[in-house]
Amino acid sequence: MSARIVKHGAIGQPFSRVDGRLKVTGAATFTAEYKVENITHGTLVYSRIARGRIKNIDARAAESAPGVIAILTHENAPEMKKTPVFGSDSTEMGAASSTILYLNTDEIYFYGQPVAVVVAETHEQAEHAATLVSVVYQEEAARLSFQAEKENAIEPSQVIGEKPEFKKGDAEKALAAATHKVDQIYTTPSFNHNAIELHATLAEWSEDEKNLTVYDSTQYVIGIQEMLAKKFSLDKENVRVIGSFVGGGFGGKGNAWAHVSLAVAAAKVSKRPVKIVLSREGVHLSVGGRTPTEQRVALAANEAGELSALVHTGVTQTTDHNGFAEQFSFPARHLYKAKNIWLRQEIINLDIVPNTAMRAPGESVGTFALESAIDELAHEMGIDPIELRARNEPDTDPVKDIPFSMRNITEAYRVGAEMFGWSKRNAAPRTTRDGSHLTGYGVATAYYPAYQFPAAARLEIHADGTALAQSAMHEMGMGSATAQAQNLADELGLPFDKVRFEYGDSNFPDAPVAGGSNSTISVGAAVKAACDEAKKTIHGLVGEDEASPLRGTRFDEVEFRDGGIYRTDDATKGETFAAILQRFEMDKIEAEGAAAPGAESQKYSMGSYGAQFCEVRVDEETGEVRVSRFLGVFDCGTIINPKTASSQWRGGIIMGLGMALTEEALFDVRRGWIVNPSLAEYHVPVNLDVPNIEIHFLNIPDPLTPMGAHGVGEIGITGVAAAVANAVFNATGKRIRDLPITLDKLL
Amino acid sequence: MKNFAYARAENVGMALQAVAQNRNAKFLGGGTNLVDLMREGVEQPDRLVDVTALPLAQVEELPGGGVSIGALVKNSHLAANQLIRERYPVLSEAILNGASGQIRNMATTGGNLMQRTRCYYFYDTESRCNKRDPGAGCDALEGFNRIHAILGASESCIATHPSDMCVALAALDATVHVTGTNGKRAIPVIDFHRLPEETPQMDTNLQPDELITSVELPVLPFASNSMYRKVRDRASYAFALVSVAAALEVEDGAIKNVRLALGGVAHKPWRAVAAEQVLTGAAASEETFKAAAAKELKAARGYKHNSFKIELAQRTIVSVLKTLASEGGAR
Repeated sequence: MSARIVKHGAIGQPFSRVDGRLKVTGAATFTAEYKVENITHGTLVYSRIARGRIKNIDARAAESAPGVIAILTHENAPEMKKTPVFGSDSTEMGAASSTILYLNTDEIYFYGQPVAVVVAETHEQAEHAATLVSVVYQEEAARLSFQAEKENAIEPSQVIGEKPEFKKGDAEKALAAATHKVDQIYTTPSFNHNAIELHATLAEWSEDEKNLTVYDSTQYVIGIQEMLAKKFSLDKENVRVIGSFVGGGFGGKGNAWAHVSLAVAAAKVSKRPVKIVLSREGVHLSVGGRTPTEQRVALAANEAGELSALVHTGVTQTTDHNGFAEQFSFPARHLYKAKNIWLRQEIINLDIVPNTAMRAPGESVGTFALESAIDELAHEMGIDPIELRARNEPDTDPVKDIPFSMRNITEAYRVGAEMFGWSKRNAAPRTTRDGSHLTGYGVATAYYPAYQFPAAARLEIHADGTALAQSAMHEMGMGSATAQAQNLADELGLPFDKVRFEYGDSNFPDAPVAGGSNSTISVGAAVKAACDEAKKTIHGLVGEDEASPLRGTRFDEVEFRDGGIYRTDDATKGETFAAILQRFEMDKIEAEGAAAPGAESQKYSMGSYGAQFCEVRVDEETGEVRVSRFLGVFDCGTIINPKTASSQWRGGIIMGLGMALTEEALFDVRRGWIVNPSLAEYHVPVNLDVPNIEIHFLNIPDPLTPMGAHGVGEIGITGVAAAVANAVFNATGKRIRDLPITLDKLL
Repeated sequence: MKNFAYARAENVGMALQAVAQNRNAKFLGGGTNLVDLMREGVEQPDRLVDVTALPLAQVEELPGGGVSIGALVKNSHLAANQLIRERYPVLSEAILNGASGQIRNMATTGGNLMQRTRCYYFYDTESRCNKRDPGAGCDALEGFNRIHAILGASESCIATHPSDMCVALAALDATVHVTGTNGKRAIPVIDFHRLPEETPQMDTNLQPDELITSVELPVLPFASNSMYRKVRDRASYAFALVSVAAALEVEDGAIKNVRLALGGVAHKPWRAVAAEQVLTGAAASEETFKAAAAKELKAARGYKHNSFKIELAQRTIVSVLKTLASEGGAR
């Protein structure tokens, strides 16, 4: 039984973000900016060896430096209990980035592992004193080289909950027998997180040490709350984690890096609040990034271009202390119909900072290899790459053999080809010129799963006719708060300016990690559940109230619109929430709601799709590649807010351009450190590298998801590197299978 | 960052005196490089002598047609200066290809000359670096050296000089005027920076007690046909892999005058003297340009990751000379 919802039409409107004004005026408070009385500043001292033990830490000089309050090392730090690692166990989510017991052990697991915290009156004093801490190590041999360890690759126990291997038929046999085939190795380098907001944690204990408040730049306030409660043996209710605004996460703030619990420990020892803000180098040292990959993709096809074999195997790196096998094989599990399929992931364990999620972990690097290979096969067979994809469009999920909930790839390509002028592409490579530049077009499929996780929300409808919903969700710039406000407005039938959505606080009902592009539908479903509850409460009040024109109605005989509840059989009969609350002398009506993915998530293959179109210009003399045009066409269900969603896709594409052309964390295997830990030398794309990026979205609802929507945060980066590489091939005739595509590879 | 004393100099004499008293003192201009290096712990001066209040921020036309650039002229002002843009476009272009707008608004002419290398291992105080710590060894030799030198390097150091401006100054035969406790002297810009040899800790031939006061550009009418081409890993805000500064005068199909300098290839802005010798008087043809570039790069040596720079430099030199030859005096 549910009352018909009369939409105010907020969903689908390109509202500007609700926090936009706060951000452009500097009024939005980020973690490092909270003003807390009696604050102190913490700085980390990092290990300068990759493996071994601490023989001795001499902190005497640092202790006597000006302003120093405390120095924590493994010799004096309070006990911090072991807690589950993020994603390691399906029964307990966990938020730790690693099993390493930072500062509770003398063992060194990676170069950059924090080995001490210096707390001082000012940030500068702490930074200076940190340089005076002298550490003597007992160094041991470290496993640092991906190339050297490749031969020791092993099968991981799972790849984010899926089996690491899938076999259908005999792909190698089909490959050997085929006349049309490609079989290549694709490699991607280490990428590091460079969100503009540096990681920060501010920890404050109550005097009796029973209550802990932590401000943290996190994508997961509830996870951090649970982790800290366990680590410091506190009741969960007594730990409050606040992360109202986060200046970009991209996966780098999805779990707790060492500084989070170390700030809490430092505050305990100092008996004063402690703030730790990592330096840019500190982020590169102690926060993990995206693993390098070495992937083999082999494709075979019959004369008609139908795939007889699809092989996608490869190796990624991780550590003994986190065990995250990045899911590069996932796109190949869902994108193409092939008679014979072999997919397999292996890992190697190195002595490095734990690897972590970075925008579309798996799908970003996986689509580079797979979508490059499709382009190679298309070229080899003389078939248009869009047409080749269409010929291999599956009817059901190729691995799970279940139907798709929604899938409009072919339509995305049709629209995209028309918008981009794909028909003007000259299929023969190195044939199109503009002055001293070679130009080329490339295309690739974007893919990302549609995840929904359990979430909860709380709702208040106030006597002034406004509504407020709360959930421990996150706003890292994605526009999530705006989208949820739109959802709330439509669910209650209130104008957009009468609703408010609050988030980023563990005091609010549980919300999942802001990862896997899940927030919009996970929290959206919870908000809807809370609204349903509130509507029942309101109807319960008026349905039996003599003073109400709604007396005697059943719930399915009313609708919620224009800030109130109205009869469906007579639009003039009804009353506003404000009138109801005032008559009943109530301040507010409260409701809670929770939602979790239904059984359909197991019965259907649920994903988002897209078609990425790219035009490049390559300087024939110098090999410099510049992207001159880009178009992304996306199939992500109902789009809640075209403005913020487009910004997400565009941002993903820009990050994909960095992956394709400029980004690489230079990991020196001699000692295991990254030699370019700065925005000057780690090259993210700058404005001049980014052309006009056109965005189009199909806006076809998924009948099986809340609001008909999918998340849009990650799909934008997928397929981009392949689209660029394919365009570079079209322009130059050179196939680059090793990212980034720097000019030296094209000379 | 280590604690340091700060003093603001009112005049050149005061500035010199303040530095002369302390061997570990440094002049502070725009601070866009020095302060970075102090934050990284690479530079650890005891005392900073702020020279930004000195009256050295003018660009002046000299009698006879040359131009004097005060040491404190901001990079953005110099690049925008009408005299510079008309007579020495290569200099304006070089500056605008460097850093970012914000940095150019702070960075000074003198400070640009004093920039230190961007070698990864120089910046990381945990790495071995003969420039930062003489005798420690060089981690770049066997490490990531894609951005390193192909000309004039030594076993001690294969770092490059990062400046764009200085490459243009080298092509233009600029002179650096300095004042020291022992008086004034003029140093040709091509002798201002050093090759590493066995003492890479010394970037320049400037003495510790000397202050750059101005840079002088000679009369060079054909420099109105000049340009700067910077090849790099992204479209902006990246140091040069290879850059070329050139000025060219062609008369009746023959090269009458040429100036050529390279950036991103050596420990100093690299004046391509050997190439200029091939070019001068020869036909302004692609063959000549190729031969000249090849002559200059004959001594080039690549390391593990940067051998591509030799071919890249060859191509970029030829491309720039072709452009200047075809555009003639039109630029």
